[in-house]
Amino acid sequence: MEKELWKGNEAIAEAAIRAGCNCFFGYPITPQSEVPEYMSVHLPQAGGVFVQSESEVAAINMVYGAAGAGMRAMTSSSSPGISLKQEGITYLAGAELPAVIINCMRGGPGLGTIQPGQGDYYQATRGGGNGDYRTVVLAPSNVQETVDFVQEAFDIADLYRNPVMVVCDGLIGQMMEPIEWRPIPKRALPAKDWAANGRRGRESHNIITSIFLDAEECSDHNDHLTAKYAEMEEKEVRWEEVQCEDAEIVITAYGTPARIALTALETLRSEGIKAGLFRPITLWPFPEKALHALAGKPHVKAILDVEMSTTGQMLDDVRLAVEGQRPISYLGRAGGVMPTVEEMIESARKALKEVK
Amino acid sequence: MKKEIIISGFGGQGGLAIGKNLAEAGMDEGLNVTWAPSYGPEMRGGTANCSVVLSDKPIGSPVFAHPTELIALNEPSLTKFEEGVQSGGTVFVNCDVVTDKVQRPDLTAYYIPCAKIAEEVGNPKVGNMVMLGAYVAATKLLKPDTIERMIQEMFAGPKAKFIPLNIEAFRRGMACVQ
Repeated sequence: MEKELWKGNEAIAEAAIRAGCNCFFGYPITPQSEVPEYMSVHLPQAGGVFVQSESEVAAINMVYGAAGAGMRAMTSSSSPGISLKQEGITYLAGAELPAVIINCMRGGPGLGTIQPGQGDYYQATRGGGNGDYRTVVLAPSNVQETVDFVQEAFDIADLYRNPVMVVCDGLIGQMMEPIEWRPIPKRALPAKDWAANGRRGRESHNIITSIFLDAEECSDHNDHLTAKYAEMEEKEVRWEEVQCEDAEIVITAYGTPARIALTALETLRSEGIKAGLFRPITLWPFPEKALHALAGKPHVKAILDVEMSTTGQMLDDVRLAVEGQRPISYLGRAGGVMPTVEEMIESARKALKEVK
Repeated sequence: MKKEIIISGFGGQGGLAIGKNLAEAGMDEGLNVTWAPSYGPEMRGGTANCSVVLSDKPIGSPVFAHPTELIALNEPSLTKFEEGVQSGGTVFVNCDVVTDKVQRPDLTAYYIPCAKIAEEVGNPKVGNMVMLGAYVAATKLLKPDTIERMIQEMFAGPKAKFIPLNIEAFRRGMACVQ
């Protein structure tokens, strides 16, 4: 298959079109503006609808409407814009509507910076909107994975009737890398017989709503959603382990820091330090059992979590998974600054020294 | 083999395009490649740069502090990045714009009069292709044929009239270091 050089953001848009996305609603914000820019040209050519909305809030509610009518709908933004969409995302989850939401993360809080960040981990995995809900969160760490995951995200969303997020960071959105448009495994999807798209011979109209005023009814709805989330946890969890078979120090990282870690591993291994990388690919569901099992292996002496966040957000999930079996250190950089290879190497050496 | 290259200059000098050409040519020759731009406010008038990795192994980090090669198209770029270049590395200086010399004795320096040659070839916009030629000739990493084929593909159709100009600029750049 021929390799093509693609910029992350443009590849996201093309991948969505190839996955049959037929409605895109968005609003420009750096570092993801190439997504709506590409969509504005190419989605109408593919027979779809592109709307540059008046705001991010409008865009996510247009997604709600289009998804409710049975369309394959997507929106994209970057951190501050994703904050604005949170109300819409909880409504999508409550009304059980499939949609794909791209967050090309930048540094925060507030307007922060346009440079890459990962400070939206809590928001993505805990639900930034109200109520008990979950979204599958896919975190690619290169452009190939980004195009694969965006295509798969539509199927996952349709299968569970639930919003799916793809979170990359500004660097993955902006960088160019060779990719192949390889075939994506398709899932057997149920018919969208719930869509509000006319009666079509049914006895009554379908109604899309997230309101269940009767407490018993709302409680049942929550039980139903929770059962669905349990199924996602069981079936959708993904991760990658690199050189973990004999690792004394395991670096946990996702997205761009996970790639930086690959370079750090080369140096550490060349110095005789047995280092490995545990990379969550789904941030929710978090690969808790796999990390727990790895941390418990006798060769593992310490864990080093690395994120583009200074407070340590994924760190909470790492701690929950490791359950105190091994000491965990943390290296975090934020505000648009990425952790360097050198910093990772230094932190890994230090973490090992402390346990020996 | 792994090359980590920083290309830096004013917006409009074609530095990001040099990087894209290197990445595209590297991919054509079967290498793993990444191209990562600076995308800050400096794009609007200040200094813009990009980081390119060409490697025969899978690429981890697409960004790095210590390039093997630096292409400095303007003065602030040389000032900012010279210190970080790996010992034994190479610096390509656009000497029509940059009057400073490379200070470190452990680096190889090439001074390429990009603007002067571009002017001689007939269009000031092809200065970046002169620099690309110098890089290809000095590093011998990529085949000149690959670049020339790319130039032909890049300017297909109504833009075909720009092909001879760009190829001439590329060859003159190569001649600077041979």
